[in-house]
Amino acid sequence: MDKVMSHKGIIALYVLPSLLLILAIIYFPILLTGYYGLMKWDGVSSMSFIGLENYAALMKDGAFWNSVYHSFLFALLSTLSLAVYMLVALVLAGNIKGAGLLRKIYLIPMLLSSVAIAQLWLKIYHPTNGILNSFLVSIGVEDPPAWLSDPKLVLAALFIPILWQYAGFYILIYYAALKNIPASLVEAARIDGANPWQIALGIKLPLISEVVKVTIVLAVVGSLKYFDLIYVMTDGGPNGSSEVMASYMYHKAFRGFDFGYGSAIGFFLLIICMVATWGIRKATASKDTIQYS
Amino acid sequence: MKTVNQVVLSTGIPSPFRIASSRIGYGLLYFILIFAAVIQILPLIWLLLFSLKSNQEVFNLPPFALPSHPKWVNYENVWLQGNIGRYFMNSVLITMVSVILTILLASFVTFAITRMRWKLQSMVLGLFMIGMMIPVHSTLIPLFSLFQKVGLTDSQLSLILSYTAFNLPITIMILLGFYYALPREVEEAAIMDGCSVNRMFFGIMLPMTISVIVTAAIINMIYNWNEFIFVNTFISSDHLKTLTVGVQNFVGQYTTDWGAIGATLMISILPILIVFLLLSNRIVEGIAAGSVKG
Repeated sequence: MDKVMSHKGIIALYVLPSLLLILAIIYFPILLTGYYGLMKWDGVSSMSFIGLENYAALMKDGAFWNSVYHSFLFALLSTLSLAVYMLVALVLAGNIKGAGLLRKIYLIPMLLSSVAIAQLWLKIYHPTNGILNSFLVSIGVEDPPAWLSDPKLVLAALFIPILWQYAGFYILIYYAALKNIPASLVEAARIDGANPWQIALGIKLPLISEVVKVTIVLAVVGSLKYFDLIYVMTDGGPNGSSEVMASYMYHKAFRGFDFGYGSAIGFFLLIICMVATWGIRKATASKDTIQYS
Repeated sequence: MKTVNQVVLSTGIPSPFRIASSRIGYGLLYFILIFAAVIQILPLIWLLLFSLKSNQEVFNLPPFALPSHPKWVNYENVWLQGNIGRYFMNSVLITMVSVILTILLASFVTFAITRMRWKLQSMVLGLFMIGMMIPVHSTLIPLFSLFQKVGLTDSQLSLILSYTAFNLPITIMILLGFYYALPREVEEAAIMDGCSVNRMFFGIMLPMTISVIVTAAIINMIYNWNEFIFVNTFISSDHLKTLTVGVQNFVGQYTTDWGAIGATLMISILPILIVFLLLSNRIVEGIAAGSVKG
């Protein structure tokens, strides 16, 4: 048995193709991103080494920091919205009728492509014929805003479809986690006279803290690398007021043909996502000492 | 909100006041949850409606008014003239090949990691799991230049390889729990009978894991069908593009024809909606099992 199940040739045959694939498509490119970031390169002609010049320029690039700020703003808002999703999930998981159906309906937008969602919301926000402004006009608003071309409104207008898209995803995760809590624990607390708020905050939340951590990481990292929807809806505009890190990188590399600079941004994005993941895990680690089971 | 939660969670001692307030609370709660559900599907209903209207109807009728005659011709036009049929078939092809490849490779890896014995097991698993944290965008420029060097830009193979690589981690994660739970006796009996590892894998393991494979395949299908940035970056020939990018180009050209845009968007989301209607439990299960996607 042991001999058969530790046959080196078969293990290599089963593991190596996938391993080589992720090394070539995921790991090698992220090393290359760091390397290209040290180059002056237009993507076509040969590259030349310029050391940390791209990174130095990046530090002084106001447009870049603007995009970083927007990305972090999305990350913060996405994280805060998790509290609302948790509330909905707590209610849904409390044996209400139709919970299964509701949670599936919430999920639908998450399954659709960001491009389709972006195109649909472009129509929703359409200044004259969009459903939003049609509604506003019908209730008597005289001059409804042009949502996506107003630099002051554009970030808020972009955040709504993001909420719409991901709400069901987080509700589903929380719902699944809450349903996994042994009923006996909740019952015991109830018999001891705990009210529903105490049960939710004192028992349910600590029990699913691992899941909450994962969702915070997902919300933050997911927001930091947000791209598709913004690229389609505003392309970072008007005038950079909705530019985010990934779209800025894309513009620099594939429109400005500054692949070295774009790579530096890509590398920065990678580091930020890694640090954010590590930082959130670290920051929330100490609270996780209680063991219930 | 407090009363709202009490209604749901507490068994409580029934007093007339509490029953009355809990009825109201229950009603309010229901209203909020259903309102949220309406918000989630209303834009899609609006999309369906305007995909069947002419521009006059879009501009002059109220948003949710039914068209006098549904303009199915919008769908016919974009399918035939807008190249949408071509994009659709490309999406189907690339999605199918990538899903099959990913599931097969991930099953191999998961089998080797959970059932076979070798050094470096945990290290290799770690490499796959960390892969989930890497932002796709950070690999975009190097992948583009790598594919250029090996002559794979403007080739659908570049997409299939990328989709497979980036979906392997989550697929392995979904399969992992299932494989760990399989009883050891299965292999022991197979080996007693003189079964080779290959025959065990293809003849016993794959059939036994078919239900989790279906779940993983659906999750993979959704990700691949919706992928945008790789297609947008790697593929330049129009006839090789998939629906996401095709839709984007098409809509860019026909910005004023609402019906055509609506029909295009409907065609692009319809396969996902159909899969959802048929297999929503699987999707829910898959997302809950492997909710971490990088």
